[in-house]
Amino acid sequence: MSNFTPLSALAGGALIGLAAAIYILGLGRVAGVSGILGSLLRPRSGDAPAQFAFVAGLIAAPLLMGAAGAPLPPISVDASLPAVIVGGVLVGYGTRLGGGCTSGHGVCGIARFSTRSLAATALFMAAGAAVVFVARHVIGG
Amino acid sequence: MPVVLALVTGLVFGAGLTVSQMVDPAKVLAFLDIAGIARGTWDPSLAFVMGGALAVTAPAYYVAQRRGQAALGPLFIPPRRRLDKRLAVGAVMFGIGWGLVGFCPGPAVSALGFGATKAIVFFAAMLGGMAVYEAIAAPRGPGLTAADIAV
Repeated sequence: MSNFTPLSALAGGALIGLAAAIYILGLGRVAGVSGILGSLLRPRSGDAPAQFAFVAGLIAAPLLMGAAGAPLPPISVDASLPAVIVGGVLVGYGTRLGGGCTSGHGVCGIARFSTRSLAATALFMAAGAAVVFVARHVIGG
Repeated sequence: MPVVLALVTGLVFGAGLTVSQMVDPAKVLAFLDIAGIARGTWDPSLAFVMGGALAVTAPAYYVAQRRGQAALGPLFIPPRRRLDKRLAVGAVMFGIGWGLVGFCPGPAVSALGFGATKAIVFFAAMLGGMAVYEAIAAPRGPGLTAADIAV
């Protein structure tokens, strides 16, 4: 339990949940980051201004918190540059093919008890854990 | 108005990712490293983030679905469909990329402002992967679009 931070995890999670609640109750949309980014890559989307605003908020939030003096976590990417590129492409393609990511499936989908989202979340968590196991304890161990 | 609400949503979401430290790939990988359970190095924080989120989101979805519409317009909730190969293959591909680096889409966006080179490269590669999907695998034709399917 080296770096377990249950309180900030619960508090941050509640904020993420609040954001998803505002999005569905206010705009009637699922707050799925991959779906929103993917839509922005497609032409003729009437939702584009709101989607850009959402993305701008995601980027601005930590900057505003830092400017206000809040402590910011580090961004430690230990993966090599080629792994970062391959990983990015897989995350981009996979979340669009699978119809969602940690927010769309993992939070919003499970919140409405969607079987597809439960299955997707179980699969991407298992795949992620398997890759970490191989990378750290088979190849790297 | 939708733009303001979307901006507020993004800010609250980004604050949540920052407070919970999910913007840090090392924190996420420490959760995915289940061998850490036996070694005493496992970090279950991510499960608490999801739990905290679901405690707020689940009641909100219940209310939204009962009301049948949102404050500013209709509800766009994906139709209930069966599990299919696209979902399974996509989720596994995503999981492999997630495990390689520790970024999923939300944190990859919020990490941009920190200026780390690898975070920016990851974001660009992720958009590239999405663009490839649009070019070769997105559903075509009228009716159901990718936006309707995106959960």
